[in-house]
Amino acid sequence: MLRTNSKLCRRALTRSYATATSPHALVFLEHRGGVIDSGSLSALTAAEQLGGKVSALVVGSSEHVPGVVEQVKKLKGVSSILHSTSAQYAEPLPETVSPLVEKILSDSSSGFTHVVSATSSGAKSLLPRVSARLDAPTVSDVTSLSHDATSGSTTFTRPIYAGNAISTVRAPGTIPIKFFTVRSTAFAPASADGAGAEATSAEPVEVNDATTEHVKTTIAKSDRPDLGVASRVVSGGRALKNAETFEKTLYPLADALGAAVGASRAAVDAGYADNSLQVGQTGKVVAPELYMAIGISGAIQHLAGMKDSKLIVAINKDADAPIFQVADVGLVADLYDVVPELTEKLRK
Amino acid sequence: MKPSPARLLNILVPVKRAVDYAVKIRVNPQQTGIDTNVKHSMNPFDEIAVEEAVRLREKHKDAVKSIRAVTIGPPKSVETLRTALALGADSAVHVQVPEAAPSPEPLAVAKTLKALIEKHNAEASKDGPIDLVILGKQAIDDDMGVTGQHLAGLLGWSQATFASKLEVDVGKNEALVVREIDGGGEEVRCKLPLVVTTDLRLNEPRYASLPNIMKAKKKPVQTLSPSDLGVDYTPQLETLKVTEPPKRVGGGKVANVDELIAKLKEAGIEAA
Repeated sequence: MLRTNSKLCRRALTRSYATATSPHALVFLEHRGGVIDSGSLSALTAAEQLGGKVSALVVGSSEHVPGVVEQVKKLKGVSSILHSTSAQYAEPLPETVSPLVEKILSDSSSGFTHVVSATSSGAKSLLPRVSARLDAPTVSDVTSLSHDATSGSTTFTRPIYAGNAISTVRAPGTIPIKFFTVRSTAFAPASADGAGAEATSAEPVEVNDATTEHVKTTIAKSDRPDLGVASRVVSGGRALKNAETFEKTLYPLADALGAAVGASRAAVDAGYADNSLQVGQTGKVVAPELYMAIGISGAIQHLAGMKDSKLIVAINKDADAPIFQVADVGLVADLYDVVPELTEKLRK
Repeated sequence: MKPSPARLLNILVPVKRAVDYAVKIRVNPQQTGIDTNVKHSMNPFDEIAVEEAVRLREKHKDAVKSIRAVTIGPPKSVETLRTALALGADSAVHVQVPEAAPSPEPLAVAKTLKALIEKHNAEASKDGPIDLVILGKQAIDDDMGVTGQHLAGLLGWSQATFASKLEVDVGKNEALVVREIDGGGEEVRCKLPLVVTTDLRLNEPRYASLPNIMKAKKKPVQTLSPSDLGVDYTPQLETLKVTEPPKRVGGGKVANVDELIAKLKEAGIEAA
């Protein structure tokens, strides 16, 4: 098969090319106010593993897009950048952005075989909306993947049942464009040593008479590292009693460790911590170097969000709490005694 | 133009029968799936969806014309519909699939819902069309979280995912929705018809009372087959295997804070 000069062989190659195009991924790259979301950097790495070209799609307002495009140019693995600017994309609602993505994908000359994003709240809202219009499934929250260029099929693994089982699914070559979202803790973020990909602008698709209008966004401000990407996380549960004790007990420890703060559902429901800090099946999934679970019993739904952490430390009064079954280091003690002591001793 | 006073809401609430959230699941030895011979109940996010529909009726009274629950699943799924009826839905549709059939993929579910909505809208012109579909943001078994968005895409409707607050203005024919997003919240104003997916924060579902459970037995449940709706359930994705995740073994306990710090140091973790 190495005789490429033979006409016969060349024809055979052309034919095989027609049935299974080499992969070309479109990564929906998210940014907030011009800063690229770290999850999108992991999505780029996952897209690169398909073994073909990787294009990044950047949408937003004219104020932010040029800066983001400059940042994306420097990222490793990006072969080209597609950007689209419109005042309508300043707050990228699925209803306004999906017509653009649909148009890009419907253009047969673009040759996209995969659409990739982080499993973020924004992309989770957008990708399935677009994929349904193209009669394709969206595979959510994949943790590994492999692409078979001959058959055009892609195999994914993804957690199901709150991470208590791992499903391996194959999207066959008959699905021309495969949509998937990527669990960012399972892929390293793309590094910034790229060669400077070429950027092309795509005409925005203006949506007249939009059915949905953005009113406002409220982002919980914090000086601590972002929960999703922090290398250390200190999490609190119901045992923290109230918002004040939650703050008073956990924040000094988090600060001493340079850690992000997380919470169990019980703590969030009781109002001790903001919703965006919830770790678990229905909240954030984290996999830091260090996860400290303080006053958290360790329900299935919570474990789903943190059991891939490298070192799990649990502090709980109840020696039978399920959290101790996954903790590398457990301390059975009253958190009100030991957390201040730990903070104090760490600071020394 | 004056908004029509006769505007009435018809709400569709898709629900799914899933393995109960408290069950510790086991992968079967053939690695084809999990042992499903365990307690099942309504997907928790769907309970929130039913509750929200019922609360809309309590708030808007007669403006809510109908609340219809729908499920797609084996014969046993009718229990889930009875639960929805006991919680306050008026009627239910059961799209029945054989016991042994795999659970339909989200896109097939979305197509079924679209077909049901079109069927309703064509048949019940006097009741008015379906204005609002409230679904859970994800099923806790497949954890896909895509059905609502698929449906909104297929119908070309507005969508409000991960809703933590829903206010419907029947007169204006729109809804104000607060959504849970990464890092905080977002408020959007959507025109009806609308697809909403529920976050845990949306409400606290009520318990069905015994009289309501008894009454639910008399409420109508229509049984349909996928072919009645012209939907094909052949999976697009092929499940190759289902495996146990790598086991994590607890590393034992330490006696005091000093030992804890020693363990942290061993792992290379020091104060920042």
